[in-house]
Amino acid sequence: MALAQQSSPHARNARSTSQVMLWVILAALPGLLALTLFFGWGNLINVVWCIAVALAAEAAILKLRKRPVAFFLKDNTAAVTGLLLGLSLPQFAPWWVSAIAVIAAIVMAKQLYGGLGSNPFNPAMVGYALVLISFPVAMTTNWAQPGLLWESAPGFVDTLGMIASGQQTAVDAFTMATPLDEYKHKITTHTAAEVLAHPTFGDGVARGWEWVNAAFLVGGLVLVGLKIITWHIPVSMLAGLALMSLAFGSNADLYAPLSMHLLAGGTMLGAFFIATDPVSAASSHQGKLIYGAGIGILIYLIRTWGAYPDAVAFSVLLMNFAVPFIDHYTPPRTYGHHKPRRGIPGKGQG
Amino acid sequence: MTQLWDFSGGIHPAENKHLSTSRPITDAGLPEVLVLPLQQHIGEPAEACVAVDDRVLKGQKVADVTGGMGVPVHAPTSGTIESVSLQPVPHPSGMSDWCITLKPDGKDEWAPLNPVTNYRDLDRETVLERIRDAGISGMGGAGFPTNIKLRPPRDRKVNTLILNGAECEPYITADDMSMRENAGEIIAGLRIMAWVLRPERVVIGIEDNKPEAISALRKAAEGTQTEIAVIPTKYPSGGEKQLIQILTGMEVPSGGIPADIGVMCQNVGTAIAVSAAIHRGEPLISRVTTVTGDAVTDPGNFEVLIGTPIDYLLAQAGPTQNKLHRLVLGGPMMGYTLETPAVPVVKTTNCVIAATATELPDPAPEQPCIRCSMCAEACPMELLPQQLFWYSKSGELDKAEHLNLFDCIECGACSYVCPSSIPLVQYYRAAKGEIRVQQAEQLKADRARERFEARQARLEREQQEKEQRRKERAKAAAEAQAKKQAEAEKAEAEGQPADDRAAKATLVQEALARKKAKAQQQAETKAGASETSTSSEPTPDIDALEKQLAQATAKLNTMQSMLEDARAENADNVEKLERAVTKNHDRVKRAEEALAEARLSVAATDTQPTDS
Repeated sequence: MALAQQSSPHARNARSTSQVMLWVILAALPGLLALTLFFGWGNLINVVWCIAVALAAEAAILKLRKRPVAFFLKDNTAAVTGLLLGLSLPQFAPWWVSAIAVIAAIVMAKQLYGGLGSNPFNPAMVGYALVLISFPVAMTTNWAQPGLLWESAPGFVDTLGMIASGQQTAVDAFTMATPLDEYKHKITTHTAAEVLAHPTFGDGVARGWEWVNAAFLVGGLVLVGLKIITWHIPVSMLAGLALMSLAFGSNADLYAPLSMHLLAGGTMLGAFFIATDPVSAASSHQGKLIYGAGIGILIYLIRTWGAYPDAVAFSVLLMNFAVPFIDHYTPPRTYGHHKPRRGIPGKGQG
Repeated sequence: MTQLWDFSGGIHPAENKHLSTSRPITDAGLPEVLVLPLQQHIGEPAEACVAVDDRVLKGQKVADVTGGMGVPVHAPTSGTIESVSLQPVPHPSGMSDWCITLKPDGKDEWAPLNPVTNYRDLDRETVLERIRDAGISGMGGAGFPTNIKLRPPRDRKVNTLILNGAECEPYITADDMSMRENAGEIIAGLRIMAWVLRPERVVIGIEDNKPEAISALRKAAEGTQTEIAVIPTKYPSGGEKQLIQILTGMEVPSGGIPADIGVMCQNVGTAIAVSAAIHRGEPLISRVTTVTGDAVTDPGNFEVLIGTPIDYLLAQAGPTQNKLHRLVLGGPMMGYTLETPAVPVVKTTNCVIAATATELPDPAPEQPCIRCSMCAEACPMELLPQQLFWYSKSGELDKAEHLNLFDCIECGACSYVCPSSIPLVQYYRAAKGEIRVQQAEQLKADRARERFEARQARLEREQQEKEQRRKERAKAAAEAQAKKQAEAEKAEAEGQPADDRAAKATLVQEALARKKAKAQQQAETKAGASETSTSSEPTPDIDALEKQLAQATAKLNTMQSMLEDARAENADNVEKLERAVTKNHDRVKRAEEALAEARLSVAATDTQPTDS
């Protein structure tokens, strides 16, 4: 009888990568639910479409790269990329815009760099940035008007029709500028009170968006609780954004207030689901704090003084560039050592 | 309440300790044969001091360490030495090593024992010697000779003596059961060690998942200064470095030993062995080993004779029902798999896990690392396992070393949590091995370079000295010349009488004339002698010629080797060297001829009749 020969440890935890990714998907469901409740069927359709395109693109490129297709599809990472794009794209984004974003994410940003684990940039954000720059009209005019699903939003069939028609712009009656967009452009010529009179803001901070962000926050806290992500990146990103807003944007007649930065737009989705993509994020605790804070600061800078109303994608990508550098200078202090060994051997300080 | 610190990271794997704690420690009995490896400890292997067919008594020394660090081996029972040969031993590589095979005679007859009534009357060296002679090495895992560990470097004072009863690995309960059943002996052994070391603090660290052991130890330690520190259950709290941190808040310096910070850890089993050795005079011939896993029907702890084959031990725990899939020696986190159960229990064997395929399934195929950092969260040494893996896999070993690869204690926490099923520890072991090989090679190359440079320096120095001597001689000559001239000038200047100088000149003339006459006379006698011999003084001539020949031969050899080198390197001075070699060849030949001729003439002179 041949005994199994294995290297220690012999005991293994049961949680696999595919289960981890499945938890990420499940934790994003409250956010998807909130999006659907307040902005109609668009995001749900986008999510399904994006995941389908992501799996197909992943399968095709794996086949081209002569890698085992089923083995890698099972890890659920392509599905997560599709999901994140479906959650971030405008509700009425034409089907081909979504498809281009997903294909760019899977094929270019992920597989051409070597596949799972080898991509320096967050794949979903590469896809998002690409379509945002390439199709600015489709990416800015297709945001759904906030309204409860069962009251004012267009029905499932109408939404599907708009997305499937492939038109760059959806029916005007159903769309509305996002709160961040509206505030950014109106505040230069209006007072805060005048700006906030726009229906996109509702009675609270940003109609619908506040619930969406709350739902992503809850899902994100579940991930922290399950130890799938650590608190470092979300907390430092939100802190960076908040501190920038407190330092520079205290005057609501000039800048969007802090509550809007935190609860409108993609802040919570970005903080807990996008910036925390481990492959392209910094690795040590200290590194994660710097990385997250950098994203928060960049989001504020771009939202306030840049050309775009929201900035999660650009901020994450810019900080992705900095990750190898951050990693070299933020290793933890190992047990039994006086200080961490920073830098690169032979070049940095020992 | 003892103050406790936490260590970073750590995991909570399924304990599975209940499997083997349901029944008391049982005697494993006497197997057909006992196989005693000569090396069961760190250090030099012991040498057999018995011969085949010798009858030995229980507790008799059968192998001793003559040189270097080590401990002896004793016969676990009485019987006959069957062989001293290479046998498979418990080792991750499945290698064989020298072992003494003992055939028990069933009488279990003790050799005379020499217990100590009051060790406090002895001096500490004697107690340490007795610990050594009892063959005691650390029974927790590494097997470091206990007597050497108990003698820390002169400049290191042990302030805190820790008895490691954490037993944090899943499945293993040998220490737990020993503490429950043998607490008194543990405290007794600990007191001996404390007496040797004279620490300020003696503390037993024990995980809170062993309530029976805790209460037994508390009872046994009543009235002593020993602290019982109940620590939270978290793997690897029983790692030496982690336990020290938990109990003292201090960290063992990287590359150092606990004594560097005034701490020493000893194992529960070691304490029992020390007590037995001093109080009863019994050497280390048995230990408590856990036999567990789903592939045995009756798991439990056994008092096993050292050298008992593992297949015999497994049989004591119930048949394996053909479900045995993986046989692990040690715990499921740091133990290693055995290729065969036909290896003996040794002094460090604390656990044997006979696992089924469902219990410890084959690992899932390795997936790419997604840098999820779960490994870094689990690492008790605060390393970045994901980065170490990246650099180990890509062969960037300098970067892996820079990120403190060698501080990895191989506890397996990172591999345990890895969702991508990457055998991280295996990568680190491979990288460490690779770095060690490179370092050894580097050392070799460095030594060769040093030797070469030393030789170059020596040659240069010699050359310089030669030059120096030449210069000095030249200088001395010049000075002498200058002095002579100065004297002459001085004499002239002083206006020495001319006739004085004339008289001197005459004297010189006369001397010259005498010399000339003598030379002439000599030439005449020589001419007379030359009728029978070519030389009147042949002996110095031969010496000179021999010297000449030797010099020429040496020169020729050098030239020839130079020529060979030049040819091998295809250098452009080959022709020149060839000419030089030919020339030298001729020179040697001439020298040889001259020598031969000279010898011949000497021979002729010697054979000349004396009256000629």
